[in-house]
Amino acid sequence: MPKSKLSAEKLAQNFADLHPAYAPQEARIEAARCLYCWDAPCTRACPTGIDVPTFIRQILEKNSGGAAETILSENILGGSCARACPTEVLCEGACVDRTLEKAPVEIGRLQRFATDYAAKRKLQFFEPGPESGFTVVVVGSGPAGLACAHELRRLGHGVRVLEASDVPGGLNTTGISPYKISTEFALSEVEQASAIGFEIELNSPVTGADLRELLEQNDAVFLGVGLGQTAPLNIPGEDAAGVWEALDFIEQAHRMPLKECEVGTQVVVIGGGNTAVDVATEAVRLGADQTTIAYRRSREQMPAFAYEVELAVSDQIGFEWCVQPVEFVAEAGRLVAVRFRRQRLEGEGRAGTLVDAGGDDLVLPCDQAIKALGQLPRSDFLSSIDGLKIDGGRVVIDDKTRATSVAGLFAGGDCISRGGEIVDAVQDGKIAARGIDHTLRQKPKEPR
Amino acid sequence: MKKPDLATDFCGIRSPNPFWLASGPPTNSAYQVRRAFEAGWGGVVWKTLAHDPVVNVSARYGAVDYHGRKMMGLNNIELISDRSLEENLREITEIKQEFPDRAMIVSLMVESKKETWQDIVQRTEDAGCDGLELNFGCPHGMSERGMGAAVGQVPEYTEMITGWVTEVAKTPVLVKLTPNVADPRPIGQAARRAGAAGLSLINTINSIMGVDLETLHPMPHVGGRGSHGGYCGPAVKPIALNMLQQVAADPAIDLPISGIGGIESWQDAAEFLLLGATSVQVCTAAMHHGFRIVEPMISGLQMWMLEHEFESLSDVQGRVVPDVGGWGELDLAYKVVAEIDQDQCIHCGLCYIACEDGAHQSIHCAKIETDAFLAQHPNGAGAVHQSGGKNYLPGAGAGYVNLLTIDQTTCVGCNLCSLVCPVEDCISMVERDSGLPSMTWNEYQEKLGRGEVDPIAPPEHR
Ligand SMILES: Cc1cc2nc3c(=O)[nH]c(=O)nc-3n(C[C@H](O)[C@H](O)[C@H](O)COP(=O)(O)OP(=O)(O)OC[C@H]3O[C@@H](n4cnc5c(N)ncnc54)[C@H](O)[C@@H]3O)c2cc1C
Ligand SMILES: Cc1cc2nc3c(=O)[nH]c(=O)nc-3n(C[C@H](O)[C@H](O)[C@H](O)COP(=O)(O)O)c2cc1C
Ligand code: SF4
Ligand code: SF4
Ligand code: SF4
Repeated sequence: MPKSKLSAEKLAQNFADLHPAYAPQEARIEAARCLYCWDAPCTRACPTGIDVPTFIRQILEKNSGGAAETILSENILGGSCARACPTEVLCEGACVDRTLEKAPVEIGRLQRFATDYAAKRKLQFFEPGPESGFTVVVVGSGPAGLACAHELRRLGHGVRVLEASDVPGGLNTTGISPYKISTEFALSEVEQASAIGFEIELNSPVTGADLRELLEQNDAVFLGVGLGQTAPLNIPGEDAAGVWEALDFIEQAHRMPLKECEVGTQVVVIGGGNTAVDVATEAVRLGADQTTIAYRRSREQMPAFAYEVELAVSDQIGFEWCVQPVEFVAEAGRLVAVRFRRQRLEGEGRAGTLVDAGGDDLVLPCDQAIKALGQLPRSDFLSSIDGLKIDGGRVVIDDKTRATSVAGLFAGGDCISRGGEIVDAVQDGKIAARGIDHTLRQKPKEPR
Repeated sequence: MKKPDLATDFCGIRSPNPFWLASGPPTNSAYQVRRAFEAGWGGVVWKTLAHDPVVNVSARYGAVDYHGRKMMGLNNIELISDRSLEENLREITEIKQEFPDRAMIVSLMVESKKETWQDIVQRTEDAGCDGLELNFGCPHGMSERGMGAAVGQVPEYTEMITGWVTEVAKTPVLVKLTPNVADPRPIGQAARRAGAAGLSLINTINSIMGVDLETLHPMPHVGGRGSHGGYCGPAVKPIALNMLQQVAADPAIDLPISGIGGIESWQDAAEFLLLGATSVQVCTAAMHHGFRIVEPMISGLQMWMLEHEFESLSDVQGRVVPDVGGWGELDLAYKVVAEIDQDQCIHCGLCYIACEDGAHQSIHCAKIETDAFLAQHPNGAGAVHQSGGKNYLPGAGAGYVNLLTIDQTTCVGCNLCSLVCPVEDCISMVERDSGLPSMTWNEYQEKLGRGEVDPIAPPEHR
């Protein structure tokens, strides 16, 4: 696979922030648009319940530190969320200015303004609670694990975080496109969060057997292990050189200089979700000549968010709808094309079934094909945990506490949802920490 | 389209429209006044003159911004003209000859000595002005030297000095009133007794603009020290309108009034005219935006007059003055209540929290499940938008929409919710039959005294 042919300057430009940071006056002009709603729809639409009107008002009143505290007190990864949240379907999707002015307040960018202010000054708003004497092990240092660990420390519990990878942060550090969250930012956010007093032990994969021991030696364990590899297609040619996994493709841009990243000349991305769009956009930004997204279903049925699709269109990415991949065509072990069978939908919407439409197959010549099919659950690991209930790949939990079927074991993030957003994982971690706290202290009242 | 005539006659001072520039920085020199007249201003009040130019300080101005909109209020510690009298008078002659159809009024302020006043009056009239305005209003600097507001706050001084002026003046004399008094009427009456032909009001209001929270200097400051300055600009308009109406309604005054204070649009001007002004004067708005703002003012006033079929300014001037009076003359039986147009409501909740915490707890908030809400309100404001194959409704969150309704049985009709609602015409105040006979507070007191009516029950509160 060739390395990027673009110059380092061009690459830096292509991977610059998708939404540039506000200058202070710009932020205040935007903040002045906020109506300061009561029982604000934006706050209700935020999975972590950030008090949006309050933090926006604090920006307006030139109290960026206070604004950051408002944000981080509900969402310790407020900086990542400000960069990567699909705000269109969350806070900004609910903003009443969408009706009044036909454009929502840019809540995400304002959130970034405030959290950047605090990050730059390394402001620490939170103190550990009085030591409870309990210890909790958090497995996984992704958004769910970090949020859980931070909240547990605020509540006074001792925390150890075990992370399988050699870098902390989960998908924030390696899986989100770098023009949304840069590696440096993700790592600095981890550092800020852990400054409350917990260590992350890297290169420490936990097995089912380890887990039994951890549960015995500690007061509780939180599972924030996320999901695993993307699903295989199980079609001929899948092991040809040039067939990639979405996560590996994205990760390379976090792991090495952009100039070293490998990218094809003609790239085909298979899938229709946000990951497919991320991968395709990244391929274009790395310098692919032609990038095409091929999806089984129709455009209307693409699970990717509207603004993601718009981004893809503005990046000149081509689309092929209603095509099912049937073969990676290889010559001498190297990929030269992907062959697709044309599909037709029978029945309505996403419930409809796809059937072969007949006619000639579509053959897309390419030297790189990237599978962006959604991640699979970590089934081997999860099924090795005695007594853990799993449903359709999701760890089954109690809604209020995030307790699993195993006593003392809690879970949150992608491993209970089979794929949500960063903000959902943060909320899970926070709720689980409160659930753990509640259980440990035998509080009579249900946590909120 | 025949546009209404804006020609103005202010006790014999004529101008093609009622828009005059108030005495201040914009009327400081021939260069500026020429530009102003070219832009269309009907008249000017030349920056206040004295025998000897004053010395000014820097900095001089401070302002109140409102969430990013600049200069809602302006404060200054500037004094009167800092140019020589001879130069000013020469320029006045020159401009009046160039623009004979415009009103040229000259503002004056000198030491409280008869000869001094009479000398400057004669010299100014010799320069060819159409009228004089006596600045008894400047609240800062000059008042410490026994001039400006120091005169305008005491009816006896006002009467004495105005008398010196009218004794020799051949052109109409206007007295400019200060708002820094409890009641402007005694001063207006004094001016009238002394032979003033008209009044102008208001001058600036005593103020401190603020404190710089970094340096802890008062604002504006001169090397760290501040002084009480004069406040003007849009923020002072309601105060000016109140004083204008009070003076205009006083039969003991009965003089034409040039209205001043916060005027920046045709709407402001129309309100001043309706509440008793014959002409209007503008200072801050011209300082902020330049002379060009007179153009939309003229056009707006004319279009509004056309719509209301007012043919000339005399149809407008003073029209609303009789409609303002004492609180005791208000009808206790008149009742309005708030009503929300659900098709326009964007569900910001501002009306609810305002009534709940700041009024009479008369707005009910019901959480309606989003789909049910959409089914009930197909024309509701807020367009559903789609993303990733799902629907989203602005104003909804956590699966519900707040539906706000007014309890009209407890609503006291205070207006608060309609004032906070960000959507134009979404909350209206509608008239309701209170079931009471029409009766003012004064009548109520009398009838109560005579035992003819029962005490009115206080409103219910939650
Ligand atoms: C390509 C892609 C793009 C995305 N883009 C966005 C986006 O733009 N915006 C957004 O909000 N969300 C996005 N998401 C989703 C988001 O990244 C996830 O929802 C979020 O990271 C889930 O957090 P988590 O903590 O549950 O899991 P992860 O982030 O996956 O973290 C799990 C961590 O657990 C560790 N771990 C796993 N097993 C073990 C074990 N046995 N022992 C120890 N450690 C273990 C892993 O190494 C990892 O560090 C994207 C996801 C993908 C795949
Ligand atoms: C900087 C400045 C200087 C002023 N100087 C004078 C003056 O010399 N004589 C005077 O009568 N009024 C003076 N005024 C008051 C204005 O004429 C006017 O009465 C007041 O500003 C209110 O009108 P506005 O809100 O349109 O500015 C001055 C106002 C400002 C802002
Ligand atoms: S919905 Fe929009 S206007 Fe209302 S508080 Fe939230 S950001 Fe502000
Ligand atoms: S008019 Fe006043 S009392 Fe009535 S609903 Fe509105 S805020 Fe409440
Ligand atoms: S203030 Fe107006 S727009 Fe907002 S909820 Fe009330 S009625 Fe609706």
